[in-house]
Amino acid sequence: MTTTIDHQTLDVPALRADFPLLRRTMHGKPLVYLDSAATSQKPRQVLDALHDYYATANANVHRGVYELAEEATAAYEGARAAAAAFLGATPEETIFTRNATEGINLVAYTWGRSAIRRGDLIAVTPLEHHSNLVPWQILAAEVGAELAYLDLHADGSLDLDSLDRILANGRVKLVASTYISNVLGTIAPVKEIARRAHAHGVTVLIDAAQAAPHLPVDVRDLNVDFLVFTAHKMLGPMGIGVLYGRRTLLEAMPPFLGGGEMIRHVGAQRSTWNDLPWKFEAGTPSVGDAVGLHAAIDYLGWIGMESIAAHDRQLASYAAARLGEIPGVTVYGPEERGAVAAFSVEDIHAHDLASLLDEQGIAVRAGHHCAQPLHDLLGVPATTRASFYLYNDERDVDQLIDGIDQGRRVLGP
Amino acid sequence: MSSLYTEIIQDAYRHPRHRGAVARPTHSHEDENPLCGDTLRIQLRVENGSIAEARFDGRGCAISQAAAELLLDRIEHQPADLVHRLTRDDVLEELGIPSISPARLKCALLSLEVLRRALPDPV
Repeated sequence: MTTTIDHQTLDVPALRADFPLLRRTMHGKPLVYLDSAATSQKPRQVLDALHDYYATANANVHRGVYELAEEATAAYEGARAAAAAFLGATPEETIFTRNATEGINLVAYTWGRSAIRRGDLIAVTPLEHHSNLVPWQILAAEVGAELAYLDLHADGSLDLDSLDRILANGRVKLVASTYISNVLGTIAPVKEIARRAHAHGVTVLIDAAQAAPHLPVDVRDLNVDFLVFTAHKMLGPMGIGVLYGRRTLLEAMPPFLGGGEMIRHVGAQRSTWNDLPWKFEAGTPSVGDAVGLHAAIDYLGWIGMESIAAHDRQLASYAAARLGEIPGVTVYGPEERGAVAAFSVEDIHAHDLASLLDEQGIAVRAGHHCAQPLHDLLGVPATTRASFYLYNDERDVDQLIDGIDQGRRVLGP
Repeated sequence: MSSLYTEIIQDAYRHPRHRGAVARPTHSHEDENPLCGDTLRIQLRVENGSIAEARFDGRGCAISQAAAELLLDRIEHQPADLVHRLTRDDVLEELGIPSISPARLKCALLSLEVLRRALPDPV
């Protein structure tokens, strides 16, 4: 892991050799894994890092005086430094959470409860995963605020004129937007959204769960106030995510969960809070998972996020084009898309298609993909979604196409 | 490799004989599979304790639609109290499959649930 790959096309067969799970068979056929938008598979470098941490460096972090505790603390804070560098942030602004959902809830329960009042608006897009809708619905119901939805163009891209219209009425306190839609693959113009929102003094939160695995993300360049991602979609373990928050906002926010680690001093009646970022990290953190995330970030850095972005985008375009050639197939989402292709096949229910593909060893997801309001807008209860990552190549797409052909022979017209 | 989509299921799905509406139903119920939002309506005409006519309608996957067809075929012209004796294994037997994944079991059993609600009390 000392050399750098600087070519644009990834050596997929060589990368696949790093992923033990991809050697599995399903129903007697080689596994074709096309569900990385739900969770990615893990390379041995990440699995080894998890194992090595528990085998050689496990102790509870912070305040340990003995050497082993210092090693564990160094590993944990080293992971934070890596996550901060990955985002272009400082370690103080980089808070470990369980996942992206917890990061959004942290902001909703702390910043949201103090900043959002009766009559305020929270602007969201119709593309949101339930994780970036439900916390705001809960907050809105609690304080008497409302959600306002941006519009989509017919191809599923965001209509920024609708953002301007919503911002113009002066009641908006927050714009909460996905970076990349987990269904349509729409890539939101985050920098422009932030520019327009900030012109009205409005705070911006970005759900980068589908972007951090696939694109270089720089919070300073994007100039957003909050951004969340989760490790398990970017080769890391389940159970750890990151919240980036602008320092001034984090400092002004009350704590989220109370307990150990997040305090400076605990008195009988009152306590004072620890410095950033620990103020928001109550209880024993998931140190092993942080170490696993660190290994995942190293792995991604070794390949290069630009190369990954080019590979994933090319593969998603190839998939959308090939799917579009099949009679009776509708592909959803804009031309310029992230690493997903959601589609429906005439006369075959999404769950039947997923079952028929599963019988051929092809793992795709069927349903509303935790985006029910978006499916209401599309006018379909469920879609089938294939999603891609650095270990997929065109052969996987070709197998999906063959699989759909076979499925149509069983249940199609 | 054995497929979930047996000849029986394919035939019942493609050529249902019990799809539609009952003209003067004595019993009717419509419900939704929360997993996928699919809906299913079952209508019955019960005469003298016997199911004279049974029809289903709705939009759903092949498993739920085939199960509805096969289930209604089983109960039509039978005593109404048969409905309350039918089990999950009876449905799987009608479908001709020994087992089904937990994710798809709900699809297979939707029609039995709707049928039980359409006929809540022994007639």
